[in-house]
Amino acid sequence: MTAHDPALPPRPNAAPTIYAYDDYDRAFVRERVAEFRGQVERRLAGALTEDEFRPFRLMNGLYLQLHAYMLRVAIPYGSLTSRQMRQLAYIADKWDQGYGHFTTRQNLQFNWPKLVDVPDMLEALADVDMHAIQTSGNCIRNVTADHFSGVAADEIEDPRPTAEFLRQWSSAHAEFSFLPRKFKIAVSGAEHDRAAIKIHDIGLRIVKSAAGAIGYEVIIGGGLGRTPFVGKLLREFLPRADLLAYLEAILRVYNRFGRRDNKYKARIKILVHETGLDEIRSQVEAEFAAMDRAPFAYDAQEFARVVAAFSPPPYEAPPARSEAFEKAKTENAEFAAFAAVNVAPHKISGYAIVTVSLKPIGGIPGDAASGQMRALADAADKYGFGELRVSHEQNIILPHVKQDDLFALWRDLEAVGLATANAGLISDIISCPGLDYCALATARSIPIAQAISQRFADLEQQRLIGKLGIKISGCINACGHHHVGAIGILGLEKKGVESYQITLGGDPTLEASIGELLGPGVSAEEVPDVIESLVQFYLAERRDGEAFIDTWRRLGHKRFKESARREGEDGSGI
Amino acid sequence: MTRPTDLKIQPKILLASDLAEGDVVFLGSEGWERDSSRAKIAYDDAEAAALDAKGKADVAANRVVDAYLVEVEVSEAGEPTPLHFRERFRAVGPSVRRDLGKQAWLQRSGDGR
Repeated sequence: MTAHDPALPPRPNAAPTIYAYDDYDRAFVRERVAEFRGQVERRLAGALTEDEFRPFRLMNGLYLQLHAYMLRVAIPYGSLTSRQMRQLAYIADKWDQGYGHFTTRQNLQFNWPKLVDVPDMLEALADVDMHAIQTSGNCIRNVTADHFSGVAADEIEDPRPTAEFLRQWSSAHAEFSFLPRKFKIAVSGAEHDRAAIKIHDIGLRIVKSAAGAIGYEVIIGGGLGRTPFVGKLLREFLPRADLLAYLEAILRVYNRFGRRDNKYKARIKILVHETGLDEIRSQVEAEFAAMDRAPFAYDAQEFARVVAAFSPPPYEAPPARSEAFEKAKTENAEFAAFAAVNVAPHKISGYAIVTVSLKPIGGIPGDAASGQMRALADAADKYGFGELRVSHEQNIILPHVKQDDLFALWRDLEAVGLATANAGLISDIISCPGLDYCALATARSIPIAQAISQRFADLEQQRLIGKLGIKISGCINACGHHHVGAIGILGLEKKGVESYQITLGGDPTLEASIGELLGPGVSAEEVPDVIESLVQFYLAERRDGEAFIDTWRRLGHKRFKESARREGEDGSGI
Repeated sequence: MTRPTDLKIQPKILLASDLAEGDVVFLGSEGWERDSSRAKIAYDDAEAAALDAKGKADVAANRVVDAYLVEVEVSEAGEPTPLHFRERFRAVGPSVRRDLGKQAWLQRSGDGR
């Protein structure tokens, strides 16, 4: 069966700027849907127990959460077309509750599917070359990448072809389908790291050698969770031709030596930590030298084909300075603020990259209603060659907007509540679903994000504060990346109530660092007060141009810790 | 059963997830219920063991998933509320979307609390 949205006219699945599935991909996804449909039927008929069914549903991105099943849809390297976005909206309306939740792994989660409907949902995803495969389980998960890929002004090379190569290599990789634990890979191709590569099992950074050759800096063993580590440099320069074979060697070493006796010690970060980087490097190099590399040989022609699939859209040649854009900024202060905060430089003169914030003041970070998803798809078609990106910060990116169109786009976004000018500011909070949805959570995250957002609701004040990443997780698994928040918040249970630990000094960029604990946990009600006291201290102490993290690094953790005590009512509980 | 005056244990109810829909369900006198106010309350160990046994049997029979007992406090009207905040959320729905989950369903069915 198919589950096409009848409102959609037939048209090609992919915009010309995004890699399109070939027949092999399509057949594989359809076969998997059919297979899972059979598994669901057997489960509902009682032929499979939950213990038997669980591995099958997890292989297809289906969890059982606090209130319902949850389906996690893969969005490879965060790129999707307007048609795919519309189909996600259609699925949200037809089988879910009219919204989706964009995650820190550039995926989308539906929070209310019924098991009986999931095969139809997967069929509808397959209609637009999407699926939920490898969004769960101890396998190589959806490969993530810089959300400004292909358009960033500071880019060395578009990381998407590399990420697509990795998608093809890792999809249904038989040897790596039952790893000791899940495995996450991120790719960046720019001077600045927007993909948080140092907190992934493998982080790849595209670099250029002194001779001008393109290759990869390979970072290994980063990760958050119960035991956070910043990734370590495994190879300074890996030639492109060796990429797949070298990653195969890393995964083989991990698969062989990674711990399977304790799930909390099973990630590669623990193996690297316990074994030592030098020894791991020796093992990887030995495997790389000994293995049959022929199956992973670099195919320059194939790489060129994939690169061509990500070819730039048919850009016009607008003037470098858009008079319409400049005029709109002078005439509309709100738009000027949006332009200053949510618009980034594009590598093509006259164009811009727009971050559409999914963090309205007091809203739920990462949630988008189906109507908003359609509006985003429409905006992508109208202003951005039909292409969208999902950022790990849980926002949507329109990567190719003509500066001349920015004001009209902003008006369209404003009409659907998507014009909040807070990208990178204090209310642009990363938050996991927490105990409002997640079965693993120990405390709620979203209400904390909402309370902080409301405390700092004044956007002018937010701009005054400047760049400040607050990241919130509802349990130690750290899906909200709290360890690398300039201000991190971790929700725990303490004596039967929700309690929140606050950390300072985390950084997800190339200068990556793990936050340091401010002190004992505080109650949910106290969190905004503590954050406000820290921000007030920062504002009083910062020097020109210093972001929060810079001031924290200059003054040291102790000074901030003391300030939080001093600024509190009586310091109790902080 | 009416609420006894001398409680031997903290009262308990049994909850699980419905297999087909994933919705939270509570074991009642006549089967699995979607409204926690209709949950059968165990006031002693024997009653709790009976609930637990029925839960295990229904998990084995593939009617529900992940059945477990939770401690509750019981109102004067005899309605149970889980003691732990995790199960309190499970009994009503997400605190950040009052329009979703059981709380919305109960509201719509005119049986709001």
